[in-house]
Amino acid sequence: MTTKPEKPAVVKEPSMLKQKAMIARNYDKLTSAPETGKKVVSTYVPGNLNELIMCFDMLNNLPEINAIQNGLRKQSGNMIREAEKMGHSEDVCSYVKADIGAMARGAIAPNGKPMPPPDLLLLSYTGCFTFLKWFELLRDEWGCETVMLQVPYDGDGKVTDNMRDYVVKQLKEEVIPAMERISGVKFDIDRLRENLKHSAAAEDDFVWVLQSAMNKPSPIDAYFGGVFYIGPIFTAFRGTEDAVDYYKLLRQEIEERIAQGKGPITPEGEMGEEKYRLVVEGPPNWTHFRDFWKMFYDEGAVVVASTYTKVGGVFDFGFRHDPENPLESLADYCLGCYTNRNLPDRVAMIENYMEAYQADGLLINSIKSCNSFSAGQLLMMREIERRTGKPAAFIETDLVDPRYFSAANIRTRLESYFQMIEQKRRPAGAPTPVAA
Amino acid sequence: MRCFIGIDLGSTTTKAVLLDEDGGMLGRGITNSRSNYQTATTVAKLEAMISARLTLFSRALAQDGTGIADVGAFMAEIERHFRLEQFLDQLDDLERTGAAVIDGERFAGREDAAREALGLIFDRLRGEAPAIYAPGAERKSDFFRDIAGSRYMHIAEDVAKEAGVAFDMLLNIYDKSIIGVENRPPAGAMGERFKRAIDRVLGETSRKLDREALDAAMKSAFGIDIEEANIVGTGYGRVTLPFPKEQIRSEILCHGLGAHVLYPKTRTVLDIGGQDTKAIQIDKDGIVENFQMNDRCAAGCGRYLGYIADEMNIGVHELGPLAMKATKSVRINSTCTVFAGAELRDRLALGEKREDILAGLHRAIILRAMSIISRSGGIENEFTWTGGVANNEAAVKALRILVKENYGDVTINIDPASIYTGALGAATFALREANAKGAQA
Repeated sequence: MTTKPEKPAVVKEPSMLKQKAMIARNYDKLTSAPETGKKVVSTYVPGNLNELIMCFDMLNNLPEINAIQNGLRKQSGNMIREAEKMGHSEDVCSYVKADIGAMARGAIAPNGKPMPPPDLLLLSYTGCFTFLKWFELLRDEWGCETVMLQVPYDGDGKVTDNMRDYVVKQLKEEVIPAMERISGVKFDIDRLRENLKHSAAAEDDFVWVLQSAMNKPSPIDAYFGGVFYIGPIFTAFRGTEDAVDYYKLLRQEIEERIAQGKGPITPEGEMGEEKYRLVVEGPPNWTHFRDFWKMFYDEGAVVVASTYTKVGGVFDFGFRHDPENPLESLADYCLGCYTNRNLPDRVAMIENYMEAYQADGLLINSIKSCNSFSAGQLLMMREIERRTGKPAAFIETDLVDPRYFSAANIRTRLESYFQMIEQKRRPAGAPTPVAA
Repeated sequence: MRCFIGIDLGSTTTKAVLLDEDGGMLGRGITNSRSNYQTATTVAKLEAMISARLTLFSRALAQDGTGIADVGAFMAEIERHFRLEQFLDQLDDLERTGAAVIDGERFAGREDAAREALGLIFDRLRGEAPAIYAPGAERKSDFFRDIAGSRYMHIAEDVAKEAGVAFDMLLNIYDKSIIGVENRPPAGAMGERFKRAIDRVLGETSRKLDREALDAAMKSAFGIDIEEANIVGTGYGRVTLPFPKEQIRSEILCHGLGAHVLYPKTRTVLDIGGQDTKAIQIDKDGIVENFQMNDRCAAGCGRYLGYIADEMNIGVHELGPLAMKATKSVRINSTCTVFAGAELRDRLALGEKREDILAGLHRAIILRAMSIISRSGGIENEFTWTGGVANNEAAVKALRILVKENYGDVTINIDPASIYTGALGAATFALREANAKGAQA
């Protein structure tokens, strides 16, 4: 009998180990909530109010993150089938189905312990209409209190005072009172200011990390590596000292990489020569994350900027959480999330990345079960091609439904795209250079 | 002579193209991909080599003044007879393999009856072989498996009745033998087969031919040493090729370049292959500007037609001609390969005619292709269609109508040998690369 060759061990840097420990601690806190008596808030990544949640000693549980964790662990397929058995159609967002299916199977957290039911469903609505329906399903399941923060969509590409005031008013009149009632903790604005100070400090280093990809070669992969870098700041850690320390550590590691002229680190170690610099739009696939990434680094393709690393907040155009204006800055944060921005804004952002990061092209990873992200992507692609004159390509995968990942099909498209960039770099019609 | 090879390992067929140093087409070959890309590559290359020798022979004839005015027609005769000779060689191989199967344990006690029946079948197969390759005879396929298989079944049914043996047993012998035979290149020297083909032409022709001059031309054609200067592979199975990475190109680039070589004014290329449908936009030099392809679902690709043909119990080559007899086009809702059979039976149950349903199915495939084309940026003049499905007249008809409806009067190029476009692109890459290397040196 032949043994399957083992995948090489994943290379981990200290920042990765730190993040792993942070996530594990958080899951332990969540699953021990019934014993500690802590209250659990379920909320989504885009527009999450972690700094505020912490003011009430409540724990933050993010359903998408659980779905992602299950996707990475190759558990989501069974959960999705479970949800489909319950009647959810094939086209429904696979995060939703993974979550619903996980609940049907006993809601076990990644640490193997039961996930406690939420005490509050906090829907900070920032552009994804599926979130509404998802929480309705959860409310039906848990019967717990639900608060919806109505964040106006940036349809005109401009945040007005009115929009901001509307969000702040809801925070004061609905969100905070509900949190006080459920947690039994009185709101203390100075505690919020303190949290926001931590947020702003972490955001500074986070932005520095993202922008380090302007170097040639880029010391990071801002999509595949990027999803790890956004981990703390997009989830239950923004506003903590832990997050501040994490980004300091990460920044030091990357500074060292730049000093040594190194490219990104991949699961298989140092990446080879940087041949293609890409901007990527759309979330990654989680069920085949390493295989997917490998298709890039094997070909020398590095992602220098991505829109996905902006879904939990856009920080690289100057916005910071502001301790001086706590509620207003929470409102601005929600209003500015990538998912809440209109198409012209998204196009402008991608165009900016293409130039600022000296990218060779734009790649769109269109998500089969995500209508919210997919709408308009083809038009965005055409517009970027027109404005930058650089080649773009389109691939299709899914978030956590493994059935929609066709490796041969994606490889064909990616290789074609890389070879197309290669061809276009040379003067018209010139033959392909011969490898030495 | 240096030659440049392109190999296109498709999911259904494997193609090889040989170019000479000036980019001239020397030869091309095609074979079933089966599930064995290695063999498919060997066989396709061998077929291309045969076709290259025929090309060299015809070039020699044109030069050597053998007195043959219509070299093209003469070569067609030679090729026809060469194919017949090869078919006979492969029949011998099949019979030998079948006899070995009979010697196995399974047929204990029935060997003599089986051997006798097999002998009868192959006598008849050999007897009717010349008719299969007669001038003007239509063959549904050029693959040995298809031709020999369908005739074997036919004859075996008769022989089973006559000799009082079980048809199933004869079928079993065939099934056990054919895989081995099609997975090895035809045995025997190519040159010998050519000689026998020339003998056959001399035997039946009314032409006045000079045997010595012919022999001399053949000698010169076969005397040329064909050196594989560079080889580039592409297609669905490309990763299985034993080539270094630099010699493997995406099929999208190859189809784009291949279409450009065939029709230099091409700006939009559609390729409908067995597993993929691709819409490719290229610039004036054949460089890919943009492309779109189907997602993981093979709906509307060549395989879809394969399923339909299986479902109707006819050959895939018969679908187009049958659909052309339609008097109307039945609206088909799904191009889902999985649902294809159900949809077909559904329509038949509603009383629709087979040809009308088929016309609808062809239209549905093209509609799907049109959607992929529009996603890639639409059709720019000129438009070139490549891949195996472009040989299907009903699909061509549906495409012409839909292109006109959506994009007006654009030039539509469909090369009869469009199935070789990917391999042609790969061979062109092989040639260009070698030239670049030469220029660098």
